[in-house]
Amino acid sequence: MCMSKMSGSDSIPQRADMQASGGRQKMRHGWSRFVVALRPFLFIALLIVAWDIAVRRQPAHLLPTPWETVGGILDLVRHNLLLKYVVASLFRVTWGFSLAAILAIPLGLAIGWYRRAEMALNPILQILRPISPLAWIPIAILWFGVGDLSAVFLIFVGSFLPLLLTSINAARSVPDVYVNAGRNFGLGPMQLIARIFYPAVMPQLIVGLRITLGVAWLVVVAAEMIAVDSGLGFLIVDARNAGNRYDLVVAGMVIIGLIGFLLDVGMRSLEKVKSFRWSYSED
Amino acid sequence: MVTKEVEAAPGLKTKLSVDNVSMTYKRDGKLTHVLENVNLEVSDGEFVCLLGPSGCGKTTLLNTMAGFLTPTSGTIQVNGEAVRGPDPRRIFVFQERGVFPWLTVEGNIGFGLSKLTKPEREQRIAHYVKMVGLQGFEKSYPAELSGGMKQRLEVARALAVNPDMLFLDEPFGALDSITRLVMRSELLRIWQAERKTIIFVTHDIDEAVQLADRVVVMSARPGTIQQIVPIDIAHPRDISSQHYLELRDGIFKQIGLAHQV
Ligand SMILES: Nc1ncnc2c1ncn2[C@@H]1O[C@H](COP(=O)(O)OP(=O)(O)OP(=O)(O)O)[C@@H](O)[C@H]1O
Ligand SMILES: [Mg+2]
Repeated sequence: MCMSKMSGSDSIPQRADMQASGGRQKMRHGWSRFVVALRPFLFIALLIVAWDIAVRRQPAHLLPTPWETVGGILDLVRHNLLLKYVVASLFRVTWGFSLAAILAIPLGLAIGWYRRAEMALNPILQILRPISPLAWIPIAILWFGVGDLSAVFLIFVGSFLPLLLTSINAARSVPDVYVNAGRNFGLGPMQLIARIFYPAVMPQLIVGLRITLGVAWLVVVAAEMIAVDSGLGFLIVDARNAGNRYDLVVAGMVIIGLIGFLLDVGMRSLEKVKSFRWSYSED
Repeated sequence: MVTKEVEAAPGLKTKLSVDNVSMTYKRDGKLTHVLENVNLEVSDGEFVCLLGPSGCGKTTLLNTMAGFLTPTSGTIQVNGEAVRGPDPRRIFVFQERGVFPWLTVEGNIGFGLSKLTKPEREQRIAHYVKMVGLQGFEKSYPAELSGGMKQRLEVARALAVNPDMLFLDEPFGALDSITRLVMRSELLRIWQAERKTIIFVTHDIDEAVQLADRVVVMSARPGTIQQIVPIDIAHPRDISSQHYLELRDGIFKQIGLAHQV
Protein backbone atom coordinates (compact mmCIF):
# COMPACT_ATOMS: atom_id res chain seq x y z
CA MET A 1 0.00 0.00 0.00
CA CYS A 2 2.77 2.33 0.87
CA MET A 3 4.80 1.15 -2.08
CA SER A 4 2.18 2.38 -4.49
CA LYS A 5 2.19 5.73 -2.76
CA MET A 6 5.93 6.02 -3.19
CA SER A 7 5.96 5.19 -6.85
CA GLY A 8 3.04 7.56 -7.27
CA SER A 9 4.96 10.55 -6.02
CA ASP A 10 8.04 9.49 -7.96
CA SER A 11 6.06 9.77 -11.15
CA ILE A 12 5.53 13.52 -10.78
CA PRO A 13 8.66 14.90 -12.45
CA GLN A 14 7.85 18.62 -12.07
CA ARG A 15 7.98 18.26 -8.30
CA ALA A 16 11.04 16.10 -8.29
CA ASP A 17 13.29 18.64 -9.99
CA MET A 18 12.43 21.31 -7.45
CA GLN A 19 13.69 19.67 -4.29
CA ALA A 20 14.76 16.33 -5.56
CA SER A 21 17.24 15.29 -2.92
CA GLY A 22 15.47 16.90 0.01
CA GLY A 23 12.16 15.37 -0.94
CA ARG A 24 13.60 11.92 -1.41
CA GLN A 25 15.37 12.10 1.90
CA LYS A 26 12.19 13.07 3.64
CA MET A 27 10.44 10.21 1.92
CA ARG A 28 13.01 7.69 3.06
CA HIS A 29 12.74 9.10 6.53
CA GLY A 30 8.97 8.80 6.36
CA TRP A 31 9.28 5.24 5.14
CA SER A 32 11.46 4.12 8.06
CA ARG A 33 9.13 5.85 10.46
CA PHE A 34 6.26 4.04 8.86
CA VAL A 35 8.00 0.72 9.40
CA VAL A 36 8.59 1.55 13.06
CA ALA A 37 4.96 2.52 13.47
CA LEU A 38 3.95 -0.71 11.79
CA ARG A 39 5.85 -2.95 14.18
CA PRO A 40 3.19 -3.27 16.90
CA PHE A 41 0.63 -4.20 14.24
CA LEU A 42 2.93 -6.84 12.81
CA PHE A 43 3.31 -8.25 16.27
CA ILE A 44 -0.45 -8.36 16.78
CA ALA A 45 -0.86 -10.06 13.42
CA LEU A 46 1.72 -12.63 14.46
CA LEU A 47 -0.16 -13.33 17.67
CA ILE A 48 -3.41 -13.78 15.78
CA VAL A 49 -1.77 -16.28 13.48
CA ALA A 50 -0.33 -18.11 16.48
CA TRP A 51 -3.76 -18.09 18.11
CA ASP A 52 -5.31 -19.53 14.97
CA ILE A 53 -2.75 -22.30 14.64
CA ALA A 54 -2.92 -23.19 18.33
CA VAL A 55 -6.71 -23.45 18.33
CA ARG A 56 -6.79 -25.55 15.17
CA ARG A 57 -4.33 -28.07 16.55
CA GLN A 58 -6.54 -28.50 19.61
CA PRO A 59 -9.34 -30.94 18.84
CA ALA A 60 -11.23 -30.01 22.07
CA HIS A 61 -11.80 -26.51 20.67
CA LEU A 62 -11.04 -24.64 23.89
CA LEU A 63 -11.24 -21.23 22.20
CA PRO A 64 -12.93 -19.86 19.10
CA THR A 65 -10.56 -19.11 16.22
CA PRO A 66 -9.84 -15.51 15.26
CA TRP A 67 -12.25 -15.86 12.33
CA GLU A 68 -15.02 -17.13 14.53
CA THR A 69 -14.39 -14.16 16.80
CA VAL A 70 -14.63 -11.76 13.89
CA GLY A 71 -17.79 -13.59 12.92
CA GLY A 72 -19.08 -13.02 16.44
CA ILE A 73 -18.41 -9.30 16.19
CA LEU A 74 -20.17 -9.17 12.82
CA ASP A 75 -23.08 -11.07 14.35
CA LEU A 76 -23.34 -8.42 17.05
CA VAL A 77 -23.26 -5.68 14.47
CA ARG A 78 -25.96 -7.42 12.46
CA HIS A 79 -28.25 -7.60 15.48
CA ASN A 80 -27.55 -3.93 16.34
CA LEU A 81 -26.17 -5.07 19.65
CA LEU A 82 -22.56 -3.93 19.35
CA LEU A 83 -23.27 -0.22 19.33
CA LYS A 84 -26.02 -0.60 21.91
CA TYR A 85 -23.80 -2.46 24.37
CA VAL A 86 -20.79 -0.21 23.85
CA VAL A 87 -22.93 2.87 24.39
CA ALA A 88 -24.51 1.33 27.50
CA SER A 89 -21.11 0.59 29.04
CA LEU A 90 -19.62 3.96 28.13
CA PHE A 91 -22.70 5.72 29.46
CA ARG A 92 -22.27 4.11 32.88
CA VAL A 93 -18.56 4.79 33.00
CA THR A 94 -19.07 8.40 31.99
CA TRP A 95 -21.57 9.02 34.74
CA GLY A 96 -19.87 7.09 37.51
CA PHE A 97 -16.44 8.43 36.69
CA SER A 98 -17.51 12.05 36.18
CA LEU A 99 -19.52 12.15 39.40
CA ALA A 100 -16.57 10.69 41.28
CA ALA A 101 -14.17 13.20 39.70
CA ILE A 102 -16.44 16.17 40.40
CA LEU A 103 -16.73 15.24 44.06
CA ALA A 104 -13.38 13.63 44.81
CA ILE A 105 -11.01 16.13 43.20
CA PRO A 106 -12.09 19.33 44.98
CA LEU A 107 -12.53 17.42 48.22
CA GLY A 108 -9.13 15.77 47.93
CA LEU A 109 -7.38 19.02 47.04
CA ALA A 110 -8.95 20.76 50.01
CA ILE A 111 -8.00 17.91 52.34
CA GLY A 112 -4.44 17.88 51.04
CA TRP A 113 -4.18 21.61 51.45
CA TYR A 114 -5.17 21.50 55.11
CA ARG A 115 -2.66 19.01 56.36
CA ARG A 116 -4.48 18.46 59.64
CA ALA A 117 -7.57 17.22 57.86
CA GLU A 118 -5.41 14.82 55.95
CA MET A 119 -3.95 13.41 59.15
CA ALA A 120 -7.40 12.90 60.66
CA LEU A 121 -8.81 11.20 57.57
CA ASN A 122 -5.87 9.06 56.62
CA PRO A 123 -6.69 5.95 58.71
CA ILE A 124 -10.23 5.61 57.41
CA LEU A 125 -9.04 6.09 53.84
CA GLN A 126 -6.40 3.43 54.26
CA ILE A 127 -9.04 0.99 55.56
CA LEU A 128 -11.48 1.69 52.75
CA ARG A 129 -8.86 1.49 50.05
CA PRO A 130 -8.18 -2.27 49.99
CA ILE A 131 -11.90 -3.04 49.64
CA SER A 132 -12.49 -4.01 46.02
CA PRO A 133 -15.27 -2.02 44.39
CA LEU A 134 -16.79 -5.39 43.48
CA ALA A 135 -17.41 -6.10 47.13
CA TRP A 136 -20.02 -3.35 46.93
CA ILE A 137 -22.09 -5.25 44.36
CA PRO A 138 -24.60 -6.74 46.84
CA ILE A 139 -25.04 -3.37 48.51
CA ALA A 140 -25.46 -1.67 45.15
CA ILE A 141 -28.22 -4.11 44.23
CA LEU A 142 -29.83 -3.72 47.63
CA TRP A 143 -29.87 0.07 47.33
CA PHE A 144 -30.50 0.58 43.65
CA GLY A 145 -31.84 -2.72 42.34
CA VAL A 146 -30.69 -4.27 39.09
CA GLY A 147 -30.12 -1.52 36.54
CA ASP A 148 -28.04 1.39 35.39
CA LEU A 149 -28.01 3.09 38.74
CA SER A 150 -26.32 0.14 40.40
CA ALA A 151 -23.61 0.01 37.77
CA VAL A 152 -23.05 3.76 37.94
CA PHE A 153 -22.83 3.53 41.70
CA LEU A 154 -20.22 0.77 41.53
CA ILE A 155 -18.09 2.77 39.10
CA PHE A 156 -18.46 5.78 41.33
CA VAL A 157 -17.29 3.77 44.32
CA GLY A 158 -14.40 2.34 42.36
CA SER A 159 -13.24 5.73 41.09
CA PHE A 160 -13.89 7.92 44.09
CA LEU A 161 -11.18 6.70 46.45
CA PRO A 162 -8.33 6.54 43.94
CA LEU A 163 -9.20 10.05 42.76
CA LEU A 164 -9.47 11.32 46.31
CA LEU A 165 -6.08 9.90 47.23
CA THR A 166 -4.44 11.25 44.08
CA SER A 167 -5.85 14.70 44.75
CA ILE A 168 -4.74 14.70 48.37
CA ASN A 169 -1.25 13.74 47.29
CA ALA A 170 -1.18 16.25 44.48
CA ALA A 171 -2.17 19.07 46.83
CA ARG A 172 0.32 18.02 49.47
CA SER A 173 3.19 17.89 47.06
CA VAL A 174 2.86 21.46 45.81
CA PRO A 175 6.19 22.92 46.94
CA ASP A 176 5.96 25.82 49.39
CA VAL A 177 8.35 27.78 47.19
CA TYR A 178 5.67 28.18 44.51
CA VAL A 179 3.02 29.29 46.96
CA ASN A 180 5.42 31.71 48.63
CA ALA A 181 6.53 33.10 45.29
CA GLY A 182 2.88 33.61 44.36
CA ARG A 183 2.19 35.43 47.60
CA ASN A 184 5.30 37.50 47.09
CA PHE A 185 3.92 38.73 43.77
CA GLY A 186 0.83 39.90 45.58
CA LEU A 187 -1.67 37.13 44.75
CA GLY A 188 -4.79 36.85 46.87
CA PRO A 189 -6.33 33.49 47.85
CA MET A 190 -8.40 33.06 44.68
CA GLN A 191 -5.51 34.01 42.44
CA LEU A 192 -3.21 31.66 44.32
CA ILE A 193 -5.58 28.82 43.54
CA ALA A 194 -5.96 29.76 39.89
CA ARG A 195 -2.37 30.68 39.08
CA ILE A 196 -0.28 28.50 41.37
CA PHE A 197 -2.28 25.69 42.86
CA TYR A 198 -4.20 24.62 39.76
CA PRO A 199 -1.21 24.42 37.39
CA ALA A 200 0.93 22.81 40.07
CA VAL A 201 -1.48 19.93 40.77
CA MET A 202 -2.59 19.36 37.19
CA PRO A 203 0.09 16.91 36.03
CA GLN A 204 -0.44 14.57 38.97
CA LEU A 205 -4.20 14.82 38.62
CA ILE A 206 -4.06 13.87 34.96
CA VAL A 207 -2.05 10.76 35.74
CA GLY A 208 -4.53 9.90 38.47
CA LEU A 209 -7.48 10.43 36.15
CA ARG A 210 -5.95 8.24 33.50
CA ILE A 211 -5.23 5.35 35.87
CA THR A 212 -8.64 5.65 37.49
CA LEU A 213 -10.44 5.66 34.17
CA GLY A 214 -8.73 2.34 33.51
CA VAL A 215 -10.04 1.05 36.83
CA ALA A 216 -13.53 2.33 36.04
CA TRP A 217 -13.47 0.44 32.78
CA LEU A 218 -12.53 -2.75 34.63
CA VAL A 219 -15.30 -2.21 37.14
CA VAL A 220 -18.02 -1.57 34.58
CA VAL A 221 -17.49 -4.95 32.96
CA ALA A 222 -17.64 -6.71 36.29
CA ALA A 223 -20.68 -4.72 37.40
CA GLU A 224 -22.53 -5.49 34.20
CA MET A 225 -21.98 -9.20 34.69
CA ILE A 226 -24.19 -9.08 37.74
CA ALA A 227 -26.09 -5.88 38.20
CA VAL A 228 -27.62 -5.10 34.79
CA ASP A 229 -28.85 -6.68 31.58
CA SER A 230 -27.00 -4.76 28.92
CA GLY A 231 -23.46 -3.65 28.16
CA LEU A 232 -20.25 -5.47 27.30
CA GLY A 233 -19.96 -7.25 30.63
CA PHE A 234 -23.52 -8.53 30.29
CA LEU A 235 -22.72 -9.65 26.74
CA ILE A 236 -19.98 -11.90 28.04
CA VAL A 237 -22.01 -13.73 30.72
CA ASP A 238 -25.09 -13.78 28.54
CA ALA A 239 -23.21 -15.33 25.59
CA ARG A 240 -22.03 -18.11 27.85
CA ASN A 241 -25.31 -18.70 29.65
CA ALA A 242 -27.49 -18.61 26.56
CA GLY A 243 -25.88 -21.29 24.48
CA ASN A 244 -22.15 -21.32 25.06
CA ARG A 245 -21.42 -18.78 22.31
CA TYR A 246 -17.74 -18.53 23.07
CA ASP A 247 -17.16 -16.63 19.85
CA LEU A 248 -19.28 -13.85 21.35
CA VAL A 249 -17.44 -14.10 24.68
CA VAL A 250 -14.09 -13.53 23.01
CA ALA A 251 -15.59 -10.89 20.72
CA GLY A 252 -16.73 -9.03 23.85
CA MET A 253 -13.28 -9.32 25.36
CA VAL A 254 -11.62 -7.95 22.24
CA ILE A 255 -13.99 -4.99 22.13
CA ILE A 256 -13.47 -4.26 25.83
CA GLY A 257 -9.73 -4.27 25.25
CA LEU A 258 -9.94 -1.98 22.24
CA ILE A 259 -12.16 0.56 23.94
CA GLY A 260 -10.04 0.55 27.09
CA PHE A 261 -7.03 1.19 24.90
CA LEU A 262 -8.76 4.10 23.16
CA LEU A 263 -9.77 5.64 26.49
CA ASP A 264 -6.17 5.49 27.61
CA VAL A 265 -4.94 7.05 24.39
CA GLY A 266 -7.43 9.88 24.91
CA MET A 267 -6.25 10.53 28.45
CA ARG A 268 -2.63 10.33 27.41
CA SER A 269 -3.15 13.07 24.88
CA LEU A 270 -3.94 15.34 27.84
CA GLU A 271 -0.48 14.64 29.23
CA LYS A 272 0.98 16.08 26.08
CA VAL A 273 -0.47 19.54 26.67
CA LYS A 274 2.62 21.72 26.99
CA SER A 275 1.83 23.51 30.20
CA PHE A 276 1.00 20.20 31.90
CA ARG A 277 4.03 18.39 30.60
CA TRP A 278 6.68 19.94 32.80
CA SER A 279 6.52 17.42 35.59
CA TYR A 280 7.00 14.48 33.25
CA SER A 281 10.16 15.86 31.74
CA GLU A 282 11.83 17.61 34.62
CA ASP A 283 14.87 16.07 36.28
CA MET B 1 29.96 44.66 69.19
CA VAL B 2 30.44 48.29 68.33
CA THR B 3 27.11 50.01 67.77
CA LYS B 4 28.45 52.21 65.05
CA GLU B 5 28.75 49.25 62.75
CA VAL B 6 25.07 48.44 63.06
CA GLU B 7 23.94 51.76 61.75
CA ALA B 8 23.47 52.48 58.10
CA ALA B 9 26.06 54.44 56.25
CA PRO B 10 25.70 58.14 57.13
CA GLY B 11 23.84 60.45 54.82
CA LEU B 12 21.64 57.75 53.35
CA LYS B 13 18.02 56.98 54.08
CA THR B 14 17.42 53.85 56.13
CA LYS B 15 15.55 51.30 54.05
CA LEU B 16 15.35 48.30 56.33
CA SER B 17 15.78 48.08 60.04
CA VAL B 18 15.88 44.92 62.07
CA ASP B 19 15.50 45.49 65.79
CA ASN B 20 16.21 42.87 68.43
CA VAL B 21 14.87 40.08 66.28
CA SER B 22 14.85 36.60 67.76
CA MET B 23 13.36 33.52 66.24
CA THR B 24 12.55 30.22 67.85
CA TYR B 25 11.07 27.33 65.89
CA LYS B 26 8.84 24.91 67.68
CA ARG B 27 8.43 21.52 66.11
CA ASP B 28 7.06 18.42 67.83
CA GLY B 29 7.33 20.28 71.12
CA LYS B 30 11.05 20.83 70.55
CA LEU B 31 12.35 24.39 70.56
CA THR B 32 15.15 25.49 68.25
CA HIS B 33 16.63 28.91 68.89
CA VAL B 34 17.68 30.05 65.47
CA LEU B 35 18.16 33.81 65.74
CA GLU B 36 19.12 35.72 68.84
CA ASN B 37 18.85 39.45 69.15
CA VAL B 38 19.72 40.43 65.62
CA ASN B 39 20.07 44.16 64.93
CA LEU B 40 20.77 45.54 61.49
CA GLU B 41 20.12 48.67 59.50
CA VAL B 42 20.37 48.74 55.74
CA SER B 43 20.29 51.96 53.81
CA ASP B 44 18.55 52.63 50.54
CA GLY B 45 20.37 51.19 47.55
CA GLU B 46 22.84 49.27 49.66
CA PHE B 47 24.17 45.81 48.82
CA VAL B 48 24.49 43.74 51.98
CA CYS B 49 25.74 40.17 52.18
CA LEU B 50 24.71 37.87 55.01
CA LEU B 51 27.50 35.41 55.60
CA GLY B 52 27.53 32.52 58.00
CA PRO B 53 27.89 28.77 58.42
CA SER B 54 25.19 26.43 57.18
CA GLY B 55 22.22 26.23 59.53
CA CYS B 56 22.98 29.48 61.35
CA GLY B 57 19.69 31.05 60.39
CA LYS B 58 20.43 33.08 57.26
CA THR B 59 17.38 31.85 55.38
CA THR B 60 15.29 32.34 58.48
CA LEU B 61 16.47 35.93 58.89
CA LEU B 62 15.82 36.63 55.21
CA ASN B 63 12.34 35.12 55.51
CA THR B 64 11.48 37.37 58.41
CA MET B 65 12.74 40.40 56.49
CA ALA B 66 10.62 39.45 53.47
CA GLY B 67 7.55 38.88 55.61
CA PHE B 68 7.17 35.13 55.12
CA LEU B 69 7.90 34.49 58.80
CA THR B 70 7.01 36.52 61.85
CA PRO B 71 9.87 36.75 64.33
CA THR B 72 9.25 35.40 67.83
CA SER B 73 10.28 38.77 69.18
CA GLY B 74 11.61 42.03 67.83
CA THR B 75 10.47 44.14 64.89
CA ILE B 76 11.33 44.56 61.26
CA GLN B 77 10.58 47.78 59.44
CA VAL B 78 10.86 48.79 55.84
CA ASN B 79 10.69 52.51 55.08
CA GLY B 80 9.68 53.01 58.70
CA GLU B 81 6.68 50.68 58.45
CA ALA B 82 6.44 47.31 60.16
CA VAL B 83 6.56 44.36 57.75
CA ARG B 84 3.29 42.44 57.84
CA GLY B 85 3.70 39.99 55.02
CA PRO B 86 5.23 39.51 51.61
CA ASP B 87 4.95 42.44 49.26
CA PRO B 88 5.61 42.80 45.52
CA ARG B 89 7.89 45.73 46.26
CA ARG B 90 10.26 43.30 47.95
CA ILE B 91 10.92 40.15 45.99
CA PHE B 92 12.50 37.03 47.35
CA VAL B 93 14.66 34.87 45.09
CA PHE B 94 14.58 31.41 46.57
CA GLN B 95 17.46 29.17 47.48
CA GLU B 96 15.69 26.24 45.86
CA ARG B 97 14.45 26.65 42.33
CA GLY B 98 11.51 28.96 42.44
CA VAL B 99 10.64 29.46 38.77
CA PHE B 100 7.23 28.12 37.79
CA PRO B 101 7.77 25.01 35.67
CA TRP B 102 4.34 25.28 34.05
CA LEU B 103 5.08 28.68 32.51
CA THR B 104 7.44 29.58 29.69
CA VAL B 105 10.29 32.03 30.14
CA GLU B 106 7.95 34.81 29.02
CA GLY B 107 5.20 33.57 31.31
CA ASN B 108 7.52 33.52 34.29
CA ILE B 109 8.93 36.98 33.71
CA GLY B 110 5.45 38.36 33.10
CA PHE B 111 4.00 36.60 36.14
CA GLY B 112 3.85 39.68 38.36
CA LEU B 113 2.82 42.02 35.56
CA SER B 114 -0.86 41.21 35.12
CA LYS B 115 -1.83 44.77 36.02
CA LEU B 116 0.00 46.22 33.02
CA THR B 117 -1.57 46.55 29.58
CA LYS B 118 -0.52 43.94 27.07
CA PRO B 119 1.93 46.12 25.09
CA GLU B 120 3.52 47.41 28.29
CA ARG B 121 3.84 43.89 29.60
CA GLU B 122 5.38 42.59 26.40
CA GLN B 123 7.85 45.41 26.33
CA ARG B 124 8.84 44.83 29.93
CA ILE B 125 9.26 41.11 29.31
CA ALA B 126 11.43 41.72 26.26
CA HIS B 127 13.58 44.13 28.25
CA TYR B 128 14.32 41.64 31.02
CA VAL B 129 14.70 38.69 28.68
CA LYS B 130 17.48 40.67 27.09
CA MET B 131 18.97 41.83 30.37
CA VAL B 132 19.52 38.27 31.61
CA GLY B 133 20.50 36.98 28.19
CA LEU B 134 17.63 34.60 27.53
CA GLN B 135 16.85 35.82 24.02
CA GLY B 136 15.69 32.97 21.83
CA PHE B 137 14.29 31.09 24.81
CA GLU B 138 11.16 33.19 25.32
CA LYS B 139 8.88 30.27 24.52
CA SER B 140 10.92 27.62 26.33
CA TYR B 141 9.80 25.96 29.53
CA PRO B 142 12.16 25.84 32.53
CA ALA B 143 12.68 22.11 32.01
CA GLU B 144 14.44 22.99 28.76
CA LEU B 145 16.82 25.46 30.45
CA SER B 146 20.11 24.87 32.24
CA GLY B 147 20.47 25.52 35.96
CA GLY B 148 22.15 28.87 35.40
CA MET B 149 19.47 29.94 32.95
CA LYS B 150 16.74 29.06 35.44
CA GLN B 151 18.47 31.09 38.09
CA ARG B 152 18.77 34.06 35.73
CA LEU B 153 15.12 33.62 34.84
CA GLU B 154 14.15 33.85 38.48
CA VAL B 155 16.21 37.00 38.91
CA ALA B 156 14.54 38.46 35.82
CA ARG B 157 11.09 37.58 37.15
CA ALA B 158 11.96 39.39 40.36
CA LEU B 159 13.35 42.47 38.59
CA ALA B 160 10.44 42.71 36.17
CA VAL B 161 8.01 43.90 38.86
CA ASN B 162 10.48 46.69 39.62
CA PRO B 163 10.81 46.01 43.36
CA ASP B 164 12.86 48.34 45.49
CA MET B 165 14.33 45.49 47.48
CA LEU B 166 15.64 42.09 46.50
CA PHE B 167 16.25 39.23 48.87
CA LEU B 168 18.53 36.66 47.32
CA ASP B 169 19.05 33.39 49.17
CA GLU B 170 22.23 31.75 47.93
CA PRO B 171 21.04 32.35 44.39
CA PHE B 172 24.21 31.08 42.78
CA GLY B 173 24.95 28.28 45.22
CA ALA B 174 24.06 25.47 42.84
CA LEU B 175 25.94 26.85 39.86
CA ASP B 176 29.36 25.89 38.58
CA SER B 177 32.16 28.31 39.37
CA ILE B 178 32.33 29.91 35.92
CA THR B 179 28.60 30.56 35.68
CA ARG B 180 28.71 31.85 39.22
CA LEU B 181 31.33 34.44 38.32
CA VAL B 182 29.34 35.55 35.28
CA MET B 183 26.18 35.81 37.36
CA ARG B 184 27.94 37.87 40.01
CA SER B 185 29.07 40.48 37.55
CA GLU B 186 25.64 40.49 35.91
CA LEU B 187 24.01 41.07 39.29
CA LEU B 188 26.43 43.91 40.00
CA ARG B 189 25.71 45.43 36.63
CA ILE B 190 21.95 45.26 37.27
CA TRP B 191 22.38 46.64 40.77
CA GLN B 192 24.44 49.55 39.52
CA ALA B 193 21.92 50.26 36.77
CA GLU B 194 18.79 50.02 38.89
CA ARG B 195 20.01 50.78 42.44
CA LYS B 196 17.88 48.33 44.32
CA THR B 197 18.53 47.53 47.92
CA ILE B 198 19.89 43.98 47.92
CA ILE B 199 20.22 41.52 50.77
CA PHE B 200 22.24 38.61 49.54
CA VAL B 201 22.75 35.41 51.53
CA THR B 202 25.83 33.33 50.93
CA HIS B 203 28.27 31.14 52.75
CA ASP B 204 31.01 31.91 50.28
CA ILE B 205 33.41 34.47 51.76
CA ASP B 206 34.88 35.50 48.41
CA GLU B 207 31.45 36.02 46.95
CA ALA B 208 30.50 38.26 49.86
CA VAL B 209 33.63 40.39 49.64
CA GLN B 210 33.34 40.71 45.87
CA LEU B 211 29.74 41.88 45.93
CA ALA B 212 28.81 43.67 49.11
CA ASP B 213 29.00 47.19 50.45
CA ARG B 214 28.94 45.57 53.87
CA VAL B 215 29.35 41.95 54.89
CA VAL B 216 27.29 40.84 57.88
CA VAL B 217 29.07 37.92 59.53
CA MET B 218 26.80 35.65 61.54
CA SER B 219 27.78 33.11 64.18
CA ALA B 220 26.69 29.49 64.26
CA ARG B 221 23.27 28.70 65.70
CA PRO B 222 21.72 30.48 67.49
CA GLY B 223 22.62 33.05 64.89
CA THR B 224 23.79 36.40 66.12
CA ILE B 225 25.59 39.12 64.24
CA GLN B 226 29.26 38.67 64.98
CA GLN B 227 30.65 41.53 62.99
CA ILE B 228 29.79 43.85 60.17
CA VAL B 229 32.62 44.47 57.73
CA PRO B 230 32.33 47.46 55.37
CA ILE B 231 33.99 46.73 52.04
CA ASP B 232 35.26 50.10 50.96
CA ILE B 233 36.49 49.15 47.51
CA ALA B 234 34.94 50.69 44.41
CA HIS B 235 33.53 48.43 41.69
CA PRO B 236 34.91 46.83 39.58
CA ARG B 237 36.99 45.28 42.33
CA ASP B 238 40.50 44.09 41.87
CA ILE B 239 40.35 40.78 43.68
CA SER B 240 44.12 40.49 43.92
CA SER B 241 44.60 43.89 45.53
CA GLN B 242 46.16 44.09 48.98
CA HIS B 243 43.12 45.67 50.54
CA TYR B 244 40.74 43.05 49.13
CA LEU B 245 42.90 40.27 50.52
CA GLU B 246 43.15 41.97 53.92
CA LEU B 247 39.39 42.27 54.20
CA ARG B 248 38.84 38.71 53.09
CA ASP B 249 41.42 37.28 55.46
CA GLY B 250 39.97 39.35 58.26
CA ILE B 251 36.63 37.63 57.73
CA PHE B 252 38.28 34.23 57.52
CA LYS B 253 39.85 34.88 60.91
CA GLN B 254 36.59 36.19 62.30
CA ILE B 255 34.87 32.95 61.38
CA GLY B 256 37.73 31.06 62.98
CA LEU B 257 39.24 29.58 59.88
CA ALA B 258 42.91 29.78 59.18
CA HIS B 259 43.27 30.71 55.53
CA GLN B 260 45.21 27.61 54.69
CA VAL B 261 44.25 24.26 53.36
N1 LIG C 1 10.32 25.35 59.70
C1 LIG C 1 11.29 25.00 60.57
N2 LIG C 1 10.96 24.34 61.71
C2 LIG C 1 11.92 24.00 62.59
N3 LIG C 1 13.22 24.27 62.44
C3 LIG C 1 13.61 24.91 61.33
C4 LIG C 1 12.66 25.32 60.33
N4 LIG C 1 13.33 25.95 59.35
C5 LIG C 1 14.63 25.93 59.70
N5 LIG C 1 14.80 25.32 60.89
C6 LIG C 1 16.08 25.16 61.60
O1 LIG C 1 16.62 26.44 61.78
C7 LIG C 1 18.02 26.42 61.58
C8 LIG C 1 18.42 27.51 60.61
O2 LIG C 1 17.86 27.24 59.34
P1 LIG C 1 18.13 28.18 58.10
O3 LIG C 1 17.48 27.55 56.94
O4 LIG C 1 17.71 29.56 58.45
O5 LIG C 1 19.71 28.12 57.98
P2 LIG C 1 20.67 28.73 56.86
O6 LIG C 1 21.63 29.60 57.56
O7 LIG C 1 19.88 29.32 55.76
O8 LIG C 1 21.42 27.44 56.36
P3 LIG C 1 21.97 27.08 54.90
O9 LIG C 1 23.20 27.87 54.67
O10 LIG C 1 22.28 25.63 55.00
O11 LIG C 1 20.88 27.39 53.92
C9 LIG C 1 18.38 25.03 61.11
O12 LIG C 1 18.99 24.36 62.19
C10 LIG C 1 17.07 24.40 60.78
O13 LIG C 1 17.09 23.06 61.16
MG1 LIG D 1 19.51 28.82 53.78
